[in-house]
Amino acid sequence: MTSKRADVLVDADWAQEHLEDPKVVFVEVDEDVSAYDGGHIAGAVKLDWKTELQDQVVRDFVPKEDFEALLSAKGIGNDDTVVLYGGNNNWFAAYAYWYFKVYGHDDVRLLDGGRKKWELDGRPLSSDSVSRDATTYTAQEQDTTIRAFRDEALASIDTLNLVDVRSPDEFSGKLLAPAHLPQEQSQRGGHIPSAINVPWSKAANDDGTFKSDDELKTLYADAGLDDGRDTIAYCRIGERSSHTWFVLRELLGHENVKNYDGSWTEYGSLVGVPIAKGA
Amino acid sequence: MCGAPPQDRDLDGVDLTTETVIQGQVTRDGAPVPAAYVRLLDSGGEFTAEVQCSAEGRFRFFAAPGNWTLRVLSAGGRGEHSLVADRGLNEAELQLG
Repeated sequence: MTSKRADVLVDADWAQEHLEDPKVVFVEVDEDVSAYDGGHIAGAVKLDWKTELQDQVVRDFVPKEDFEALLSAKGIGNDDTVVLYGGNNNWFAAYAYWYFKVYGHDDVRLLDGGRKKWELDGRPLSSDSVSRDATTYTAQEQDTTIRAFRDEALASIDTLNLVDVRSPDEFSGKLLAPAHLPQEQSQRGGHIPSAINVPWSKAANDDGTFKSDDELKTLYADAGLDDGRDTIAYCRIGERSSHTWFVLRELLGHENVKNYDGSWTEYGSLVGVPIAKGA
Repeated sequence: MCGAPPQDRDLDGVDLTTETVIQGQVTRDGAPVPAAYVRLLDSGGEFTAEVQCSAEGRFRFFAAPGNWTLRVLSAGGRGEHSLVADRGLNEAELQLG
């Protein structure tokens, strides 16, 4: 397991030095889709995770052809370096990173700390509109070696590493959603039996940057992650678990790590599946 | 969806008989501090949620009854405040030193 940190993560200084680089495309992905319009990194294009990355009828990714059309229209080429960043400690940027990897984009990186670090540093934001020349983007078939579905999640109980990255109160069943959201939900509270609880936030510093490789290795070792087993990470809808998927697979180099994007909103609504409550 | 609602919206449509709302304002010397990051920590000090304040320094969480800590992170300083929340509306004022 060798760290790939330099290949998958850029810091704010690197970003500022590459703002004019024609082969680097900055892409902002926010949970608050209006954040971009109030100010973004100069030259960055916006991706709306809700309207552009989700099929608007079926709960799923957009089909490959739609992803190709989307990236073509955004002016992203197959050989471009895509640097993703966003608010909320890069949750949705990490989700987009994983999504780009599912569709086979070669060179994707995260901006360490995302919008928060950028703002706390007092770095410049622009409200100029951005347009890039359209490309002809070609995506790969979905790489399901990094995406888990509900039957795999169920089958992984007691056999794989299941990492629940939600907060302790969501894991125990006390809360049904992250606490910046109203709590009315239809599904049951709790977690998938045999899952360990390693909140995504433990992998990040207060300013949103990732902790060091050594700190991260210690974190998962202490939590009981078995290096000899494959791993499935989940949260509520798959965005916080993308953050942990990024840590385990892209930073720490674990080989078989999947993100279960159905996550608790799916699992906690299934009829008849086992659920564990409490810490 | 997972995006935080606007932090300065009114509470229309929020059922205060079931929700435990923790909300308030971040100020310094009596003036609102815009766009600070406010973090909600549970009784064990674990991260539970984080929002970015509105232009008027307003923030809001939907939690559960119990002990909570609010921690503010902004370019201009830090602050922390602990409270015991009950079902319904819980107001918290956060003053940056």
